[in-house]
Amino acid sequence: MSLRRLTRVTTQAGALVLAGALVAACGSSGPAGGGGEGGTGQVWALEDAALNPIEEASIDRFNEGSDSGELELATFGNDPYKQRLRVALGSPNAPDLFFNWGGGNLKEYVDAGQVEDLTGLLDENPELRDAFLPSVLAGAELDGKNYGLPMRGMQPVMLFYNQAVLESAGVEVPQTWDELLTAVDTLSAAGVTPVALAGTQAWTELMWIEYILDRVGGPEVFQAIRDGEPGAWEDPAVLESLEMLRELIDRGAFGDDFASVGYDVGGASTILAQGDAAFHLMGSWEYTNQLNDSPEFVEAGDLGWTTFPAIEGGAGDPSNLVGNVSNFYSLTSSSENKEAAREYLSTALTDDQYISDLIEAGDVPPVQGIRDQLAETENGDYATFIYDATADAENFQLSWDQDLPADEATEMLTQLEQFFLGNQTPQGFVEAMSGV
Amino acid sequence: MAVTRQDRPSGWYLAPAITFFGAFAVLPMVLVVYLSFTSWNGFGFPALSGAENWTRLIEDGRAWDSLWLTLLFMVLTWLVQTPIAMLIGVWAAGRQRNRAVLSSFFFLPLLLSTAAIALLWAAVLDPNFGATQALPFLGGVNFLGDTELVVYTVVWVISWQYIPFHTLLYQAAARQVPQSLYEAATLDGAGRYRQFFTITLPLLKYTVITSTVLMLVGSVTTFDTILILTGGGPGTATRILPLHMYITGFSGFEFGYASAIAVLLLLLGAGLSLAVTSATGFRKMQSQQEGM
Repeated sequence: MSLRRLTRVTTQAGALVLAGALVAACGSSGPAGGGGEGGTGQVWALEDAALNPIEEASIDRFNEGSDSGELELATFGNDPYKQRLRVALGSPNAPDLFFNWGGGNLKEYVDAGQVEDLTGLLDENPELRDAFLPSVLAGAELDGKNYGLPMRGMQPVMLFYNQAVLESAGVEVPQTWDELLTAVDTLSAAGVTPVALAGTQAWTELMWIEYILDRVGGPEVFQAIRDGEPGAWEDPAVLESLEMLRELIDRGAFGDDFASVGYDVGGASTILAQGDAAFHLMGSWEYTNQLNDSPEFVEAGDLGWTTFPAIEGGAGDPSNLVGNVSNFYSLTSSSENKEAAREYLSTALTDDQYISDLIEAGDVPPVQGIRDQLAETENGDYATFIYDATADAENFQLSWDQDLPADEATEMLTQLEQFFLGNQTPQGFVEAMSGV
Repeated sequence: MAVTRQDRPSGWYLAPAITFFGAFAVLPMVLVVYLSFTSWNGFGFPALSGAENWTRLIEDGRAWDSLWLTLLFMVLTWLVQTPIAMLIGVWAAGRQRNRAVLSSFFFLPLLLSTAAIALLWAAVLDPNFGATQALPFLGGVNFLGDTELVVYTVVWVISWQYIPFHTLLYQAAARQVPQSLYEAATLDGAGRYRQFFTITLPLLKYTVITSTVLMLVGSVTTFDTILILTGGGPGTATRILPLHMYITGFSGFEFGYASAIAVLLLLLGAGLSLAVTSATGFRKMQSQQEGM
């Protein structure tokens, strides 16, 4: 083939490629029919085998009874959801209502001007505002404005323990930090790993520093860090908390193996259930997991739960919680189905059927006045404990990996893993984070 | 018969290949180079940020650690895989009894997906529930939790995964070696070791190069096994450069900076394969069987 001919063929092929890419770019992503005047409003949520049917049913009931428009649910897995939402918001493929975790996670979208202010909706419907637990509703509040309404159960982090192990070592459930340290020493001496920790996943380690920092410094420290205030990481409370955590690690609280223990494969939970560890700090879903994976452990009454110990002299209230406050539906500012979306938000999320469906699925919804209903369920003791703890909490801090901007959160998790392994000092951690 | 112009395939025969290569290789590469000069967290459109990502890459100690780790993995996996794959391959090319049965066992990892292999080894090596806990001498060893040991554990798992593939290459190549060479060597009194080193090994030269290039480029791109097996941990003990890119891009949503790392990987992979092929004379495409 002559050079000239080859050039011509290549150019033509190149043009084809470009044309193909353009077509692909125009037609890419998003479920068909997203947005659009008079079209079906898109509701995006995270995949969940137990909860999706309930959400689907709620939307179906709304569609039957409403004349303001129709909605449709689309669900995605965790990581693809975050990536997809990021790219879709602000594009013509954006959903109308979208699932989020509130806090800093939502703040990124609000700052990008993609989220509708719902304060007006709550002002018009005071009974709607009063229907939710205030500490949870606050999870989607930024600068005094509300950007989302709670739509799933609350998932605070609790300190779980193996009652049988504590009894045989003669350890009481610790109420304070010093009692926890003593318990760690006693349990170590008895040859038990004091605390099960799924150290392959940094978010399990995160729960420890979050609670310690909350008890030592209070919610204001978290807020300053989230808002990116200069010098927020250098707050003395951060360093003090890290030093306390260092002491806990150095005392052998987490044993030697934690760096290769997972959570998803049932590692840390199984260690607790088998009595190889005494404590496990984990989200409220731990109970359901134990019930599914180690039913004999739960039925024997050996699984105990309590709130995180108080720290003497700290600024944080011992009733404070950390964890996944709830999940929220937020309305996109580009939505063309705002009327239907607003009607859905103001009626469907507090609907009796929706709430009782959630309770039946094992969730503890963040709405007022359902304590009796929770107490009647099969796991009533646990459900009412979670409900009371959240209702009484002075502050409910959203998990840091959701609350901080993604790049800062990723760096913080890496630093934290290094910290637990002993490759990073408290001072070094603070310096690395204030440099981000 | 003389070959005329008309007998050669038209240039249009190239179109599908060029289209595919353009759409799925050249275009993304151009885009990633462009993205590496922008700042983009996924919202809206990428904003040009000049060489900011590149100066950051030069100063990023973790990226350099990841690069060294990538090179270490490259060397170690090559050292482990090449001799084993070659020996099994040459053996499997013969006509021994039980060869077919045993070979199919050796090739078994080839049938498993990466995810399955990583999950399998994670379960086997688990310090609390793993099979290795029941073994004498190995019982107390934490293969995935020790920041030093974990590097060798990952090299082992990756080798276990890819040795069968390279064995297959060597088996096919060893079967191409003309039988007459061995017959002549036997007549000249050469033993089995002499035959291996003077006939088999030299004739496998180009297969060694092919397999080496695949391994080297593979180490620059592989991260799925490590992602599932260790997630780059404990800490950053196994965070190789591709994994660092993934975490920066899809956990931190810093697509611009992640693209800069991707360009570095691209250059590394292309450079390595060019270096190996030109240093070994592979590109001359000379026949090794002239006169046979």
